[in-house]
Amino acid sequence: MCATCGCDANASSSIRQIGEDHDHSHDHTHDHTHSHGHGHSHSKTIVEVEKDVLYENNLLAQRNRGYFDAKNILALNLVSSPGSGKTSLLERTLTDLKDQFTCYVIEGDQQTSRDADRIHATGTKVAQINTGKGCHLDAHMILHALQGMKPVENSILFIENVGNLVCPAMFDLGEKERVVIISVTEGDDKPIKYPDMFHTSTVCVINKTDLLPYVPFSMEKVKEYARQVNPDLQFIEVSCTSGEGLPQWYQWLKEKVLLPQSV
Amino acid sequence: MHELSIVMSIIDITEKESAKHNASQVDEIELEIGTLSGIEMPAFDFAWQQAVRSTLLENAKRTINEIPGEGLCMECDALFPMQQLYEPCPVCGHHFISIQKGKELRVKSLVIN
Ligand SMILES: Nc1nc2c(ncn2[C@@H]2O[C@H](COP(=O)(O)OP(=O)(O)O)[C@@H](O)[C@H]2O)c(=O)[nH]1
Ligand SMILES: [Mg+2]
Ligand SMILES: [Zn+2]
Ligand SMILES: [Zn+2]
Ligand SMILES: [Zn+2]
Ligand SMILES: [Zn+2]
Repeated sequence: MCATCGCDANASSSIRQIGEDHDHSHDHTHDHTHSHGHGHSHSKTIVEVEKDVLYENNLLAQRNRGYFDAKNILALNLVSSPGSGKTSLLERTLTDLKDQFTCYVIEGDQQTSRDADRIHATGTKVAQINTGKGCHLDAHMILHALQGMKPVENSILFIENVGNLVCPAMFDLGEKERVVIISVTEGDDKPIKYPDMFHTSTVCVINKTDLLPYVPFSMEKVKEYARQVNPDLQFIEVSCTSGEGLPQWYQWLKEKVLLPQSV
Repeated sequence: MHELSIVMSIIDITEKESAKHNASQVDEIELEIGTLSGIEMPAFDFAWQQAVRSTLLENAKRTINEIPGEGLCMECDALFPMQQLYEPCPVCGHHFISIQKGKELRVKSLVIN
């Protein structure tokens, strides 16, 4: 049982708010030994559990979602292979939209705070989660990162997941939208090689379009494959290096930000 | 290796259920795993062997009900077996498919002592 929040999930990660003078590291150790009285008779019992294996994560994700809804925070879960350009896209976005939105970032990496340091350099409040051996973020980690971060109402929270196209698909963080990023150097058949990620995302950012002349990558094909897995998927083509296409991405963000109701 | 997280969650559920019933041993566990759930069985088996050591599940007999994928075409209402998420409807060729079965990942039952 987690003593900090009373929640009960498997996590052994550390969370730091970058740029504060002291680190709040939050290591969970979960003691799972139970002592039981042995006065009862030892007979076999069948227990019909009927429980979703991920129910704990899904419960905490619902809690996060409730928190985001209550504060009108647009929470986005950014997923991709390592190196597709998640951090680059955030650096550009945070710099360009600085005057229009209050933004926060949660960075997930197995080791180091290198990405969080890049985000911090843009002047954005950022928390780093190091998952250690874990290859994805889960809802419990987000819950704790939020406790230190305290995002204000009507803001945008970008969550950069661990670079991995497989298992982040299974773990709901409570996000509003899942954004899958793929770069043109990765091959246009990625959507059918890793269908779960494209199946569970609502928008696909295709990055590094500046490299299109140099690599065999068909924009038609990648979209065709992705639509086989998810016919509703939207596409935005960008280059974080040249800035081409970024206005469409900003437009998408602006449409997703629900304006606060006037009082 | 999300399979390890999955196994850890199964251990967690088992321990909670066992505690509720004051059980000190789990003899059997029955799982339901859909073929579209994203679980790779070899990786799952490997993670299982590592993770159940010195837990209630260490000596439990494990039964896995594999649930085959099934899709419902939103265009023509055809119900068909699905091996992959990207498969089109075999009747009309459309990709608007609603997954009916195969996403399961559940602890169905335990036999405790
Ligand atoms: N040519 C090109 N390189 C890019 C672009 N976006 C990112 N990169 C490079 O790709 C590498 C990985 O980017 P990064 O943002 O760290 O990827 P992440 O692992 O998904 O966060 C870095 O060397 C970036 O400079 C782009 O649009 N064009
Ligand atoms: Mg990064
Ligand atoms: Zn905990
Ligand atoms: Zn906790
Ligand atoms: Zn993982
Ligand atoms: Zn059909």
